[in-house]
Amino acid sequence: MATAALQQPRRSIFARPTATTGWYSWVTTVDHKKIGIMYGVTAFIFFLLGGLEALAIRAQLAVPNGEVLTAEVYNQFFTMHGVTMIFLVVMPMGVAFFNYFAPLMIGARDVAFPRLNALSYWIFLFGGIFIYSSFFLGGAPDGGWFGYAPLSTQAGQDAASGLADRGMDFYAVGLQFLGIASLAGAVNFIVTILNMRAPGMTLMRMPVFIWMTLVVSFLLLFAMPIIAVALFELMFDRLFGTRFFAASAGGDPILWQHLFWLFGHPEVYILILPAMGIVSEVLPTFSRKPIFGYAAVVFAGAAIGFMGWGVWAHHMFAAGLGPVANSAFALSTMFIAVPTGVKIFNWIGTMWGGSLRFTTSMMFSIGFIAMFIIGGLSGVTHAIVPHDAQQTDTYYVVAHFHYVLFGGALFGIMSGFYYWWPKIFGHRLSEKIGKWNFWLWFIGFNLTFGPMHIVGLQGMPRRIYTYPDGMGWNVWNMMETVGSFMIAVATLIFLFNVAVSRRKGREEAGADPWDARTLEWSIPSPPPEYNFAEVPVVTHRDEFWHRKYFVGPGKTVEPVFSGGAVDHSEHAEHDGGHHIHLPSPSYFPVVAAFGMLVSAYAVIFALPAVAIGILIMTLGFFGWVFEPGTAE
Amino acid sequence: MELLKRLSASGRRLLLGVVVTAFAVVASACDTNVGPQDYLSPEGPVARKADGLWDLTFGIAVAIFVIVEALLVYTIIRFRRRPGREAAQFHGNTKLEVILTLIPTLILAGLAVPTVKAIADLSDKPEGALNVTVTAKQFWWQYEYPDAGVVTANEMHVPTGQPVYLTLEGADVIHSFWIPKLTGKQDVVPGRKNNMYFVADRPGTYWGQCTEFCGLSHANMRLRVIAQEPADFEQWLAEQQEPAAGTVSGAAAQGQEIFMGTCVNCHAIGGTEARGTTGPDLTHFASRETFAGSMFRNTPDNLKRWIDNPPGVKPGAQMPDYGLSAQEIDAVVAFLQTLK
Repeated sequence: MATAALQQPRRSIFARPTATTGWYSWVTTVDHKKIGIMYGVTAFIFFLLGGLEALAIRAQLAVPNGEVLTAEVYNQFFTMHGVTMIFLVVMPMGVAFFNYFAPLMIGARDVAFPRLNALSYWIFLFGGIFIYSSFFLGGAPDGGWFGYAPLSTQAGQDAASGLADRGMDFYAVGLQFLGIASLAGAVNFIVTILNMRAPGMTLMRMPVFIWMTLVVSFLLLFAMPIIAVALFELMFDRLFGTRFFAASAGGDPILWQHLFWLFGHPEVYILILPAMGIVSEVLPTFSRKPIFGYAAVVFAGAAIGFMGWGVWAHHMFAAGLGPVANSAFALSTMFIAVPTGVKIFNWIGTMWGGSLRFTTSMMFSIGFIAMFIIGGLSGVTHAIVPHDAQQTDTYYVVAHFHYVLFGGALFGIMSGFYYWWPKIFGHRLSEKIGKWNFWLWFIGFNLTFGPMHIVGLQGMPRRIYTYPDGMGWNVWNMMETVGSFMIAVATLIFLFNVAVSRRKGREEAGADPWDARTLEWSIPSPPPEYNFAEVPVVTHRDEFWHRKYFVGPGKTVEPVFSGGAVDHSEHAEHDGGHHIHLPSPSYFPVVAAFGMLVSAYAVIFALPAVAIGILIMTLGFFGWVFEPGTAE
Repeated sequence: MELLKRLSASGRRLLLGVVVTAFAVVASACDTNVGPQDYLSPEGPVARKADGLWDLTFGIAVAIFVIVEALLVYTIIRFRRRPGREAAQFHGNTKLEVILTLIPTLILAGLAVPTVKAIADLSDKPEGALNVTVTAKQFWWQYEYPDAGVVTANEMHVPTGQPVYLTLEGADVIHSFWIPKLTGKQDVVPGRKNNMYFVADRPGTYWGQCTEFCGLSHANMRLRVIAQEPADFEQWLAEQQEPAAGTVSGAAAQGQEIFMGTCVNCHAIGGTEARGTTGPDLTHFASRETFAGSMFRNTPDNLKRWIDNPPGVKPGAQMPDYGLSAQEIDAVVAFLQTLK
């Protein structure tokens, strides 16, 4: 390494980092697997924070006239719960799985732009820290995750709004900041999936999870600029005295709603499609069958991605858009249920005729289907505009989207954890504890969010920090609070499982513990840094399964005589990884991201200091540009 | 039962979970503990129209739910792994997939027709309606009866059987006006005029509240609609058109003096020089059952607590604490009670 550096002119300002172990290696890594793990761990920490906020909310609402939280704190908590779970948990969890598995599943050695990938992560981490630091800098965002103007533009000193001084500044700047990470990630994954597939991996041989990653990346690419525009306008209204959303000065509050939901509804699919991809990998493996109607599942995912752009105004049925717009968006909202229904049928079709193994991962996937049916059906009821005028902004809607985002997205993510854990860490999570995890989570989830349908239909609005006695809501609210603490226990059980499983049974997993179907299982667990000693040549969909089995006469499954996995570890041994050119670690992504963090604080607290942030960022990018991708 | 015995342990547990969930759903559907904002028991034709669509949609949704979940449960029981079971290696079934795509499409097309029709019906302005202009402010409601020249707050009196046509105007931030038993909600947006109408079948007090998050006391921005027989309503309207009570004496006189020195900046009292428009019009304040966004019952004790420190009892309330002494507050309350 040192000789290599001597042989060529030194272009970087600092010596190139070389560590592959220790904390320093994590800071400078450009390895998609390490970045994936960092994404997952960070998102899980934010999940715990968002969960604590949820528990505080449930404690406040357990009884009428609750006195656990003040109105100020309640508003900060419900806003931060939404912001956290959407932008800091479910989105980055999807990215964590993309990061770790997209290259492995398409037979690549890394993503297309490894340093850009690292930059995405650091921006995400700093963005999360930035938003959470608002709790210590005068109060967190408290205008709702949807940030409706002109409430969100009301200055903090306005007594009526009671908004924390700079809370919504942190919202506007922080989400903008996080959006950069999403955009960079989206570009990276689109290029990776389109350009870096192994030979023979045609688009229609890609695992469904990869398809969903591709669709989500395109959704991000087009959705993030829209919220960026809205957030810039909000930031300018708040900090620089513009009047984009002030009706008194010719602005329009409805403009914010259009921009926000034109981003916000595709965002819903950004949150759910990765989980659908995970389920579409787990079900075939544990059913010992290929996915039913691969093309239909893929096209349904793409169709959801397209149709998702035409339904945003169903969030605004009460805003007064008029009967024509309301009718049009009612129709589009109804028909987006069709591709979703197609997926449900195809998942059941995948299990039909199979030989089902009820691992924890499989149970979470089945739970996903069972809960998503409920969330999907209640979603259709929102399209019934005259009744939506009743249920919108009530707890019925809270129930609906938690059935989609918790019963859907989080169940899918948990399924992914149990499924891919042995690949990532080389050992399985305990199935026994996993079953406890699943059942407590499943029951707690239904206990928490099921009754919300009922209180919603009984007229309980969302976002209220208190409610009077005698509304008929007491029993259900108590039930919900009990359920939420059950979810908390189940989450602790998951953490316990992680800790216990780490201690025992480390050697247990092997390359292919589930007898799975896709390429990531053909390499050792955990995978070597270079992933594939030899880039695989793909001849089938479910390539790895076809290397292990063939369908013999009489439609029976027969093992391929030469045995299962190609023993890559042996290749790796004599190869030693030395002739594989991997991108080298780099300081510069974290430096550039740090510069952006400085700028973000400067925008709020000391505008001229933005220059310092830009200087640091420029230094980071400068070093980056002149640094060769690979040190050797 | 034979099938149950053959189930694996995890399969039995899964089945138990499904049964428990189903039981919880049924039990909750049978609950009759409805409250004053329950909109599944509508009291007027507008809310009833929405409710009819709900009944149709809910019925279909329950049928689909039962069928699909049953299919799911059947599949996971029937095809669980057992020794000797071979998974059938098929990739799809085009005919079945087309049918399963068409069925939901047709059901949704069927639902779309009555939905669009109802949207069109409800957007027409009804004939012979009573006009009321609603202005929403943090955190209370102002109602103006333009034809009668009456302004009141939080409690809207309406005649039964006659459509009430609302013009909704926003003042500060977005709010949403909602009376669950009479009509769905309509946002009140600054810079826009939205319209809606409702009809109350029977006399009674109908509860509602703001449903668009509007700041600290969003939860405390409630309202009442008081539906009266047409004759009673006319009488109420005539009383409201009268100026406020004339001369007052004793403690109330002192209260009036304080009022005209301090409260007058924000509040109006018909027939006096008090013409403030920031806060609610108090001309016939004593005739109201509630105050402060219908958060408190209109009793002397509640009024005293309120005037003593408004933001203390209602977070974010715009009315400041004027630091009046207990005796002064008593006087103001005495004066307010004369505003019948």
